[in-house]
Amino acid sequence: MNGLAFLLPIALGLGLLGLVAFFWALKRGQFEDLDGAANRILYDDEEEGPHG
Amino acid sequence: MNAASHEPLLAADETTILVVPGMHCAGCMAKVERALSAVPGVSAARVNLTAKQVRAEHTHGVETAQLIAALEAVGFASQPRTEEMTKAPSAVKPLLAPLAVAAFASMNVMLLSISVWSGAEGSTRSLFHWISALIGIPAIAYSGTPFFKSAYAVLKRARTNMDVPISIGIALATGLSFYETLTGGHDAYFDGVLMLIMFLLAGRTLDAMMRDRARAGVDALLIQAAPGASVVSPDGSLQWITASELQPGMVMRIAAGERLAADGEIVSGSSAFDQSLLTGESAPVAAHVGTTVHAGTLNLDAPVDVRVTAAGADTSLAEIARLMDAAEQPRSVYVRIADRASRLYAPAVHTLAALSFAGWMIAGAGIYQSTVIAIAVLIITCPCALGLAVPVAQVVASGALMREGIMVKDGSAIERMALVDRVLLDKTGSLTLGKPEPDAAVVDSLDNEAAAVALGLASHSRHPHSRALEAALLARGHRAVRVEGVAETAGIGLSGTWNDRKVSLGRNDAADVVSTTLRIEGRDEVLIPFTDKLRPDAHAALARLKALGLKVSLLSGDNQKAVAEVAAEVGLEAQAAADPAEKREAIAALQATGHKVLMVGDGLNDGPALAAADASIAPGSASDVGRQAADLVFLGDSLNALPRAVLAARRTMRVVKQNFALAIGYNVFAVPLAIMGYVNPMIAAAAMSGSSLIVVANSLRLVRAAK
Repeated sequence: MNGLAFLLPIALGLGLLGLVAFFWALKRGQFEDLDGAANRILYDDEEEGPHG
Repeated sequence: MNAASHEPLLAADETTILVVPGMHCAGCMAKVERALSAVPGVSAARVNLTAKQVRAEHTHGVETAQLIAALEAVGFASQPRTEEMTKAPSAVKPLLAPLAVAAFASMNVMLLSISVWSGAEGSTRSLFHWISALIGIPAIAYSGTPFFKSAYAVLKRARTNMDVPISIGIALATGLSFYETLTGGHDAYFDGVLMLIMFLLAGRTLDAMMRDRARAGVDALLIQAAPGASVVSPDGSLQWITASELQPGMVMRIAAGERLAADGEIVSGSSAFDQSLLTGESAPVAAHVGTTVHAGTLNLDAPVDVRVTAAGADTSLAEIARLMDAAEQPRSVYVRIADRASRLYAPAVHTLAALSFAGWMIAGAGIYQSTVIAIAVLIITCPCALGLAVPVAQVVASGALMREGIMVKDGSAIERMALVDRVLLDKTGSLTLGKPEPDAAVVDSLDNEAAAVALGLASHSRHPHSRALEAALLARGHRAVRVEGVAETAGIGLSGTWNDRKVSLGRNDAADVVSTTLRIEGRDEVLIPFTDKLRPDAHAALARLKALGLKVSLLSGDNQKAVAEVAAEVGLEAQAAADPAEKREAIAALQATGHKVLMVGDGLNDGPALAAADASIAPGSASDVGRQAADLVFLGDSLNALPRAVLAARRTMRVVKQNFALAIGYNVFAVPLAIMGYVNPMIAAAAMSGSSLIVVANSLRLVRAAK
């Protein structure tokens, strides 16, 4: 029973952290171009590649 | 490659957004970004592939034309995005936040629920229920809003849709779970409700994503030049006036290659006009002083001055727009398959729940137990898999179509497309490519000398015939020779000297076909006829449509002779010389005899027909009006897009029906359990996610639907 006292807040806190991170990403426009993001991984030469 | 690193003092103080419709892969993105970054003064370039746009940050000194030229050098056509083209509201965005909240809450509540199911008792269970309620109730209230709003909106109009049973189910299950929590009871359904909301929102998001993506693709194709005209002021100076501000009496100066923004009468000059977008007529129409010309037609040969006789709402263009508005009404009557299902579904499950309640009361159970069972019936029948059955299948299919270059505007287009049994094809620009091509046999017969001179002359002109001839000659590997003193006389053609011989390329009044004549001093003149070629694969595509059981015929605004020629070539029945209203009537006549009509067209004159047909498809080269009115837009030249789209639509609807069968089959098993009172939250959660996953898996089979 004592374990619950800190395990529960930790579990909920971690979940909440994920949610906050998602909202942050949403606001920063990271979901604007899903097709582009999927394709960017295929760039060959990251060093010479353009910087955004 | 980053210009800013070489010139650190330059600040990026301007942003230009270019629309690049040709981008479609990682290689294109890299090329576009590199090409722009290499322009001096550009500090950053970033592509948005979904919107087919690139945003370049640069200093004041960089002109938009420079950026366009840089892209052209690597093979991409682009246009600046105009101010009016501000970002259209996304359908996905408002759904993402509720979806994230539902996902977060359902995972955390599920964690607690599993502890309860594995045997938490007494005060521990009560504590877990309370925490679940604390997370669950606000999360349900927030993430369920899309359903509550939609249900409220239809109930106000005394109708029903899928959101009504969903909202009722959510509200009752949440209420029951809260009551259980308050009284320290056994079963709370917070996890099930949240999971239901999450699955349904996922379905909605997919549906919205499909619409967003298709719209972004179509928007990227739109020609952004604001319609308008250069107007000659009384003092002789020219001034650009937008189409909406043109007034009758103004005199517009129309350059060769420019499209008219208003109806009018020619007051000086003479030229030929391409009216194909407006009437379907393929041959250019000669126009002289006094001839009436219409908005939307293209001036081919020479600059003319046109006095405006009608502008804005009075033009023949606006008349077509009115016809289109009237035509769209029958289509809005179409009820989507998911809504039709819910019309049967909602009364059925509510009756079932009411009957279970009554049955248990009669059997002697208490009000509490009867209510719990009735609500369990509602929860277990809540249309989780049904909510996913349609959107997931349609999203997967439209993704498959998009990879084949066919853009679907919305899910209902696929449903309507699957039902068609008649196809009406416009000729110019739909069955044919819509641009004049020099006769291949004649071009092949040109010897190297003649071809080189023709190329040398043609390269000096922007006339569509010159461009087409140049492309045809270059494609055959000819090289141009240098022709001295080339002059272009509007309406006549090009002339110059080569090796002290007079050479010319241009009109021949003796010819009775659309053609241009190549004259080289000391040699026989060559007549090069221009024809509008059939799209590649036209024969194969028409054969495939026939094999699919569709009857195809031509419906064209072009003259009898031109239509009859093409109709004979492809072996189709044809109706010629149909104006926009007649095209619409032809469709209405077929619909009245019970046919479902697919209209294929590109021009302004097809707009009303595209809007009136049960489903419609336009080539990417179509007029703006054509593309906006059509349900589907196909890129590329091949007509194979037609059978492909019909086939994919039919496959999609087959999968949708299977999905319904799966979802209903699951209910056949689960509902008796619920009615008998055997359902607990754990069974509800397992059944719901199980049936949803099966439906999603079945829909994924459509990945290759468009092959």
